[in-house]
Amino acid sequence: MNAAAINCLPSPGLALRRRWASRGMTMLMGACAVVVMAPLFLVIYFLLREGASALDWNFFTQLPKPTGEVGGGMANAIVGTLELLGMAALIGVPIGVMGGVYLSEYGSDRVNNWIRFAADVLNGVPSIVWGMVVYALLVIPFKTFSAYAGGVALGLMMVPLVMRTTEEVLILVPQSYREAGLALGIARWKIITVIVVKTALKGIVTGVLVALARVAGETAPLLFTALGNSFWNRNLGQPIAALPLQIFSYSISPYDDWHRQAWAGALVLMLLILGLNIFVRVLSRGKSAAS
Amino acid sequence: MSPLPRPTTPGAGILPVSPRWPDRSFRWLALLAALSIVALIVLVGWELYAGAALAVKKFGVGFLGSSDWNPVTDKYGALPFIFGTLVSSVIALLIAVPLGVATALFLTEMAPVRMRQPVITVIEMLAAVPSVIFGLWGVFVLVPWLRDHVFQWFKHTLGFLPLFKGPIYGPSMLAAGVVVAIMILPIITSVSREILRSVPNLQREAAYALGATHWEVIRIAVLSYARRGLFGAAVLGLGRALGETMAVTMVIGNRPDISASLFAPGYTLASVVANEFTEATTDVYLSALFELGLVLVALTIVINAIAQLMLRTLAGPGSGKVM
Repeated sequence: MNAAAINCLPSPGLALRRRWASRGMTMLMGACAVVVMAPLFLVIYFLLREGASALDWNFFTQLPKPTGEVGGGMANAIVGTLELLGMAALIGVPIGVMGGVYLSEYGSDRVNNWIRFAADVLNGVPSIVWGMVVYALLVIPFKTFSAYAGGVALGLMMVPLVMRTTEEVLILVPQSYREAGLALGIARWKIITVIVVKTALKGIVTGVLVALARVAGETAPLLFTALGNSFWNRNLGQPIAALPLQIFSYSISPYDDWHRQAWAGALVLMLLILGLNIFVRVLSRGKSAAS
Repeated sequence: MSPLPRPTTPGAGILPVSPRWPDRSFRWLALLAALSIVALIVLVGWELYAGAALAVKKFGVGFLGSSDWNPVTDKYGALPFIFGTLVSSVIALLIAVPLGVATALFLTEMAPVRMRQPVITVIEMLAAVPSVIFGLWGVFVLVPWLRDHVFQWFKHTLGFLPLFKGPIYGPSMLAAGVVVAIMILPIITSVSREILRSVPNLQREAAYALGATHWEVIRIAVLSYARRGLFGAAVLGLGRALGETMAVTMVIGNRPDISASLFAPGYTLASVVANEFTEATTDVYLSALFELGLVLVALTIVINAIAQLMLRTLAGPGSGKVM
């Protein structure tokens, strides 16, 4: 086919057709890129249009009103999401960062490649499955849905994410830094913590924030761990509200006022997540963040 | 996925761990953290299996082939959910793979250099939108629009096919496919982009030297070279599509029927778990849901492992991550 095309080069009509075909394909591909980008703008447009009008002071300070009553807010869900993220970070960050240190600084290529592979596969496990696993692990034995269970579910999801990004940035620390430390007779764990990790700290923080932004919007792992709550959570051993859970239950409800609030909640969640992502981009200006 | 070969474990082998205790214990801590990945995989498999044991014993292999889902009579079968999961994922792939690969081609081969980064950023932001927000937007904006315009058009022009017969409700297999397509587009695009970037320039230059036009270079030199990697990207997208939960639950209609029509409501493995898990009143019911989870995990882990292996052999060991 291509050989034939080249043999025919001298024919001016064909050359023209080939040039136009090339231009046409470029436009088609460009149109595809526009179609791919469109949903983001559409989602943001509708979040602003539907959500902004429902955002008021009450939304941030009040509890949800009982079924059918108009008004109220999502204060408990906003705080709940932040609490859950805090717990998730307590689990995901130390394990993930230490695991990343191992993959970058210790071990053999063969074993480490298997661990990387396992981490990538684990990243692909559907988030609802984490909910089921933590339900079996924590909710059944303790006989109650709890904030702890929700935090653990999100934290476990963070482990492989943080591990891979941490490793990625530690590998970029020049070998000569480690050698300089060795030449000074510094203990190896100090070289790793004081020199290697410190040099790559910005990258590690970036990875952690990206992982947090990712789990912040997760609903499925919280459905049967944190469960949701229409009141303030005063005991982490009890169910807790979360923004994604509240958005979900409001948007499948039959009440217009709850739909309005679901949009407002979604707008707040989106601002939180986009804010984290933009912060990350500013932090790692110059190089593109994890793709 | 980086085209450049990189050192894999820079710290390894430069110094034996000193026998003193702080060094040894630090290394053990790190090893423990790394091995937690293995422990997590075992944990997922074990907890799901333990939860599903009762249903496995009661229904045996027939569970996978039965389309009975009746909590009242305590009879459960996975077939409608496996069907729904596969059909909605395949629809999503049919939409997302051509669009994603085309966008990746545009970004690596055609777009003006200054336009590339903004487009990439927008697509990365799209990946950050939570599932539940796509669900909300799907329920109130996308599905009504599809129902009133796109579905009608399909029915009028292709209505003679069984795929597009039957009443149009809105929430349906097709709607779920479209929403999932939007959600897997970023990963397919970004992995495809990495694959295309790893095509050696020599390939392109050789084709240009033969007098090929821009598009011919892409077709002859780039696409044929990257074919396997792009297939890997599609498989990775499939892995993500199978497990999408919230948005699908909100737009698929949640009815455990097997219907030839794409306008009919369906149900997926992930969404039945999301909907019915906290309502499971009997032990067998809960156990059947655990078995659905087990089927879902088995499917996604196998698909993901295949995708990772395909992409890894292309990029060489220890190369960067694929999210």
